Amino acid sequence: MKTFLILGAGTGGTMVANKMVHELDPQEWKIIIVDQFESHYYQPGFLFIPFGIYNPADVTKRKRDFIPPQVEFVISDIEVIEPDQNRVRLAKENRVINYDYLVISTGCKIHPEETEGMVDGGGWRENIFDFYTIEGAAALNRFLKFWKGGRLVLNVAEMPIKCPVAPLEFLFLADWYFTQRGIRDKVEIVYATPLPGAFTKPRASSILGDMLERKGINLVADFNIGSVDAGANKIASYDETEIDYDLLVTVPTNMGSGVIQRSEMGDDLNFVPVNKHTLQSDQWENIWVIGDAGNAPTSKAGSVAHFMLDVIIENILRHMEGLNPLPKFDGHANCYIESGFEKGILIDFNYDVEPLPGKFPLPGLGPFSLLQETAANHWGKMAFRWIYWNILLKGGEMPFESQMSMAGKWA
Amino acid sequence: MSALETIERNEEGFLVHPADWTKELAVEIAQEEGLDELSEAHWKVIEFARANAESSGASPTLRQITNGAGVPTKELFKLFPKGPAKKVAKISGLGKPEGCV
Ligand SMILES: Cc1cc2nc3c(=O)[nH]c(=O)nc-3n(C[C@H](O)[C@H](O)[C@H](O)COP(=O)(O)OP(=O)(O)OC[C@H]3O[C@@H](n4cnc5c(N)ncnc54)[C@H](O)[C@@H]3O)c2cc1C
Repeated sequence: MKTFLILGAGTGGTMVANKMVHELDPQEWKIIIVDQFESHYYQPGFLFIPFGIYNPADVTKRKRDFIPPQVEFVISDIEVIEPDQNRVRLAKENRVINYDYLVISTGCKIHPEETEGMVDGGGWRENIFDFYTIEGAAALNRFLKFWKGGRLVLNVAEMPIKCPVAPLEFLFLADWYFTQRGIRDKVEIVYATPLPGAFTKPRASSILGDMLERKGINLVADFNIGSVDAGANKIASYDETEIDYDLLVTVPTNMGSGVIQRSEMGDDLNFVPVNKHTLQSDQWENIWVIGDAGNAPTSKAGSVAHFMLDVIIENILRHMEGLNPLPKFDGHANCYIESGFEKGILIDFNYDVEPLPGKFPLPGLGPFSLLQETAANHWGKMAFRWIYWNILLKGGEMPFESQMSMAGKWA
Repeated sequence: MSALETIERNEEGFLVHPADWTKELAVEIAQEEGLDELSEAHWKVIEFARANAESSGASPTLRQITNGAGVPTKELFKLFPKGPAKKVAKISGLGKPEGCV
C-alpha cells in the first residue's frame, strides 16, 4: 500500500482529499489527512462577525463532514516533517506516518506577538483586537456593541497577509455599521498600512483609495508599525511616526505554521518555497504545496487555493506517471470586496495582469462588475459562504476556469 | 553626463537589467532616493541584497534583510527611510520586491 498524506484539513487540504479519492485506486493507495482541530471555520465569514452580521455558529462546521469516508482523518498536532526520510511525526501517540506523496496545506495564521507591546502591553482584547481569528472577531463584536465612538485605527502590520482585501472590507463595513447606529459623526476611521496606497496593485489601489476618501476614511500610507504603547494608546512606526487610537484593530504579521519552522522547511515567515507555476516543492519532488502555506507571490485566499487545485492534482498525477509537471498556475485570484450598504466590488487578477474593470465571469454580461460597486457583487459575496460549504470544499466545478481570462476586461 | 542616464530603467526607476549595476550607479540611485552618502552599513545591506537575489532570483523582503544581513529593523529604517525593502532593491539594481500581493 502506498500513502498519500495531506497536512492540514482547511480549505486547500479538504479540496485535495475530495479530488484525490476519485483519482487514486483504493487497492493501491491509502489517503490520510491530519489536522489539529475538529472545527472547520469559514474564515471569510470572520469579517462579518464584529458587525453582528454573522455569529460564530454561522461560520463553523465539523471538518469530518467534509472529508470523504474513504479518507483516514487524524486529529493531532503535526510535530515535524522529515522530508529526507519521507515521514511525518504526529503529537498524538507519537505516531509516525511514512508517505509516498505529501501535500502541505497548513495555511498561515496571525502572530500579534511579533509587534512589540501588542499582546504584552496590557491592551490586548481590551481596546486592541484582531478579526482574523474567531475569538478575536467575537471579542470585537462585544466591544463594538457598547462603544460610544472615538478614533478607530485599523493597522496592517506587515505584508503578505491572507486575503489582502479584508482590511479594506473591514473599513467599509465599519463606515456602514457606525452610520446605521447613528454614531458615524462620533467615529474617526484611520487606515494605517505599510503599503504605498490603499491596495497592492496600482489600478485597484487608486479606485479603492478614492472610495476611502469618499467614505471619510483617512489613509496613512507607508506606515510600518514598530511598537504599540498600550498605556498611552499610541502606535509608532519604525521611522517614529505616531498615531493615537481609542480602538486599535490589528491585522498582525501572518506566518506559516509552526511545523514548517520546526521542520526547517520555510522562509523567514515560515512559508514553504514552491514553484509558483507547478506548485511542486523547490526541494523535494514528492512534496506539493497548496494555499496559504506556500510562498507563491499571489494573494493568500480561498479562491486562489481553488484555482490551484486543478493544477496541483494534474501535476501530482503526471508525476506519478513519470511525466514532468506543467507550469499551468498563473497566480489567478478573484476577490469580492464587501463595500458596505449592501454593495460590493469584484477584482480578478494574476501574476502578470493587475485588476481591471469589466464584467465577470461572462464577458460583457457579468452578472458581476469588476472594479465597480454594485449590489450584485454584494450578493455574490454573501452567496460565497453557501458555495464554499457546498461546492468549493468538495472540489466541485465552479462556473469559471482556473486560468485567468482577459475576455470582457478593459485593459 | 551621469552614468545613470544611459541605463535602461522601468517607470518606477528600477534597473531593467540587474547586470548593468555598478557601485557608481548605486551611489547615483541612492542620491535620487535622498541618501547623500552610502556608509559601510548601507553597503553591507546592499551586498547582502545582491547576494540574496543571486541565489533566490528575487529581491529580499524586509525580514530577509533584517535576519540575513543581521541589521535590526529600526536600524534599517534609519539607513533607508520609509520603504527600506523597496529602496534597497532599487539601489541594489534589483527588481521590485514581490512581497506585496
Ligand atoms: C478575515 C478573513 C477574511 C477572508 N476573506 C476571504 C475572502 O473573502 N475570499 C477568499 O477567497 N479568501 C478569504 N480569506 C482567506 C481564506 O480563508 C484562506 O486563504 C484559505 O482558508 C486558505 O486555505 P489553506 O488550506 O491554505 O489554509 P487553512 O484553510 O487556514 O487551513 C490550514 C489548516 O492547517 C491546520 N494546521 C496548521 N498547522 C498545523 C499543525 N502543526 N498541526 C495540525 N494541523 C495544522 C490548521 O488547523 C488548518 O485547519 C479570508 C481569511 C480571513 C482570515
